[in-house]
Amino acid sequence: MTISFSKALGIHEQALELRTKRAEVLANNIANADTPGFKARDIDFRALLNEQKQGMSNSQSLKMATTNGKHLPTNSFDASSELLYRIPSQPSIDGNTVDTQTEKVEFMKNTLQYQSSFQFLNGRFKGMTNAIRGE
Amino acid sequence: MSLNQIFDIAGSGMSAQSIRLNTTASNIANAETASSSTGDVYRARKPVFAAVQQDAMRQAMGSDFLAETPESKGVTVKGIVESDAPLQMRYQPDHPQADERGYVYYPNVNVVEEMSDMMSASRGFQTNVEIMDAAKTMMQRLLTLGQ
Repeated sequence: MTISFSKALGIHEQALELRTKRAEVLANNIANADTPGFKARDIDFRALLNEQKQGMSNSQSLKMATTNGKHLPTNSFDASSELLYRIPSQPSIDGNTVDTQTEKVEFMKNTLQYQSSFQFLNGRFKGMTNAIRGE
Repeated sequence: MSLNQIFDIAGSGMSAQSIRLNTTASNIANAETASSSTGDVYRARKPVFAAVQQDAMRQAMGSDFLAETPESKGVTVKGIVESDAPLQMRYQPDHPQADERGYVYYPNVNVVEEMSDMMSASRGFQTNVEIMDAAKTMMQRLLTLGQ
């Protein structure tokens, strides 16, 4: 019997990665809160995670090889294509759509969700360690 | 590792806000610096913020280890421009720097505007510090994975 890490860890590994990515996007929004013409961006977490889940369930799926930088990937995690623009609630006159309060709330929420994903992942690891030790 | 980039992003935000605070301090300090001609008068200075495009960053680093995303990463100060607002002319014939018509020129610094700019800059700085702190906590937790 072999332990398959991808099966043992479940979706939490991808979730943690996406949370990190989202934290980066939100941090960028906050850093550019005073940049004229900057548009706030965000990722659709649910859609991306679903994509990941599908990619995981049919891991046997055929992937086309990309030998050139201009080739389009057929089935890969690429958050940049999923970067969306936030709909501004109070757009400012200089074309900036960052609402610092909203971004901060989203960032804090994302941090908490990251921590819960981490907790789940840590639990899986602990479970596996217990199984190995047999205590 | 994406979490490392948060430090760079928040750090760029902090440095941009501190440059803004620096110009504000300079403007307020020179708000009453009189001069006898329009050419010598201090003019209010303002930083111009711009988002760092990733391509430029990649070029500067000389490698493409960053993910290929068209999004921006952090903020930069493109330059510091002098304000075009009209200068203040005051009729003070007994001022040592008065010109032949008795006028003294004062900078176009709006102190109220500078004060609100100062508050905005310090709040922005604070927010970036908090983001950095949160990223630090996330990273520290990640180090305890599996323990």
